[in-house]
Amino acid sequence: MTGPGLVLVVTIAVLFAAGFDLLMQRSLIRIVIGFTLLGHGANLVLLLAGGRAGTPPLLGATGPGRMVDPFPQAMALTAIVITFGVTAFLLALAYRSRQLRGDDEVPDDVEDRRICAERRRRDEAPAATPLEEDNPGPEDGP
Amino acid sequence: MNVLVPLPFVLPLLGAALALLARRRRTWLRVLGPLAAAGGVAASAALVAAVARDGVLAVQTGGWAAPLGITLVVDRLSALLLAVSSAVLLAIMLHAVGEGAGGLGGHEPGVFYPAYLTLTAGVCLVFLAGDLFNLFVAFEVMLASSYVLMTLTPTSERVRAGMTYTVVSLTSSILFLTSLGLTYAAAGTVNLAELSTRAADLPGATRTALALLFLVVFGIKGAIVPLHLWLPDSYPAALTKITAVFAALLTKAAVYAIIRVETLVFPRDDASWVMLVLAAGTIIVGTLGALTHDDIHRVFSFILVGHIGYMLFGVALFDVAGLTGAILYLVHHIVVQATLFLASDLIQGLTGETSLHRLGGLAGLSAFIAVLFFVPAMSVSGVPPTSGFVAKLALFQAGVGSGSVLAYAVTGVAVLGSVLTLVAMTRIWTLGFWRPRPAEAGEPPASESYTPGGVRLMRSVTAVLVVAGLLIAAFAGPLASWSRHAASDLVDRSAYRHAVLDGGAK
Repeated sequence: MTGPGLVLVVTIAVLFAAGFDLLMQRSLIRIVIGFTLLGHGANLVLLLAGGRAGTPPLLGATGPGRMVDPFPQAMALTAIVITFGVTAFLLALAYRSRQLRGDDEVPDDVEDRRICAERRRRDEAPAATPLEEDNPGPEDGP
Repeated sequence: MNVLVPLPFVLPLLGAALALLARRRRTWLRVLGPLAAAGGVAASAALVAAVARDGVLAVQTGGWAAPLGITLVVDRLSALLLAVSSAVLLAIMLHAVGEGAGGLGGHEPGVFYPAYLTLTAGVCLVFLAGDLFNLFVAFEVMLASSYVLMTLTPTSERVRAGMTYTVVSLTSSILFLTSLGLTYAAAGTVNLAELSTRAADLPGATRTALALLFLVVFGIKGAIVPLHLWLPDSYPAALTKITAVFAALLTKAAVYAIIRVETLVFPRDDASWVMLVLAAGTIIVGTLGALTHDDIHRVFSFILVGHIGYMLFGVALFDVAGLTGAILYLVHHIVVQATLFLASDLIQGLTGETSLHRLGGLAGLSAFIAVLFFVPAMSVSGVPPTSGFVAKLALFQAGVGSGSVLAYAVTGVAVLGSVLTLVAMTRIWTLGFWRPRPAEAGEPPASESYTPGGVRLMRSVTAVLVVAGLLIAAFAGPLASWSRHAASDLVDRSAYRHAVLDGGAK
């Protein structure tokens, strides 16, 4: 068995690098594209895992010795179907986000619920409660 | 007997298909959903009995022999988790039926039932999968339906949380797929039983790399520190009943996958220091996070993260005692985490609030709900005589018994984590239940939309889960001996291999 072709290996590296870079972006459309690239990269890894190239694995066409390993291809096929379905869902999510918020950016709010609640509470009732010391909000009042 | 094996996921899947057809007929859905989930429970219970009698059961679907076909395997660990999970899934389904009877906000999307049943099928398939690729597909089935459930009745906040959740899960899935490809390239198989024999011949560096890759993959899915950040950010945003399912089962499925893959394919003779350190970090970060948060769903989510650390601690010891503790902890935590979230859903139904500084006087509002919260809260903290005490005791004994200094240290951290959990729970108990109701608290809006029958159903489901948690403690003896048996099967591995590769259990 010879080693995998350099072209495939480099392609996988580029796909993964580009995919992860896009995944780090804010816009959900870029994330979707990044995810698609990553999916392609992972499928190529599966393809590479099958070893050397060969003839189609059809009974009667050629001898078993010259056939390509069909098993990773079956796995890649399943993976393609799954990534396809999930990509469709991500696009729907991006669309819904656009409907609800006007853009498809993933907002930056790790603790948004708590901070919002804190802020609302301070706006509504300035009187101190026992929790005041426990939960100092980042937005301190004037 | 083998025909039973696929049933725990086939029945819910069939139910999902029917529910999709009947999605506009609410009454049908309310009968069909619990019926399909109950079918899964019955099949799982029968599997427990079958495994107790015949040992490991393996099915090659479609008649293809082991390394090629799709292999489904049930051993003691799978059977136990199948039974507990499908029972909890049925309970939460009934809770949802009770909630939907009045309709939260007047309407309940018909897609809930098919998505929930597909999730049920996915969780069961994770426990049954006999090869890595099948495990990947099972995770995808489970996660794909969880994406839908996460963003059910989408608000802006829910869509935001759904994005975080979806993108993180997808990243781990892609890594999973890549690790699969690398495993196939290295070992030439993805069948777990065959891998368990071939992995021993791999070069040490390759083995370690693959073991760590799988730990990262399942670590993301299972929220192990430092890969946990997505969980407390996204889980609390979903509808509470859905958070209950996620918290009870999704991370536990990942823990199960860690147990299965690490013990079967990458076994060790000594404790893994990497996993021990990760476990200690997870316990500390999770329980400390629980102390700082105001929203009770976030508190519970951090508690969940922290307690994943306990299970990882058990696995990291790689001996029978540690694995026994991890299995007991899995069972205990599936039940208790579901109970906590369902109790908090009841609180939400009563007051419309989940924020601690707006809650108060709950003990006066409903003593019944106070009890329903108090028992699982004590259980998750590990106070005797609850199931949490039993599980923690088994883990601590394993930690002390293993003899290594690091294991002693992590046992200490675990004790500290229990105390911190107790403090977090006491904080909710004091502020939410015993403090007078704050003047700023809003009027209870949601309770009017429930019907009395629905409320009764929801309360009795939670009460049944509370009792189930106590029963786990009461029957700790048989459960522990079952777990010990399951753990020694995991360490021994020969029964699993024999059943899959030689068709041992005909």
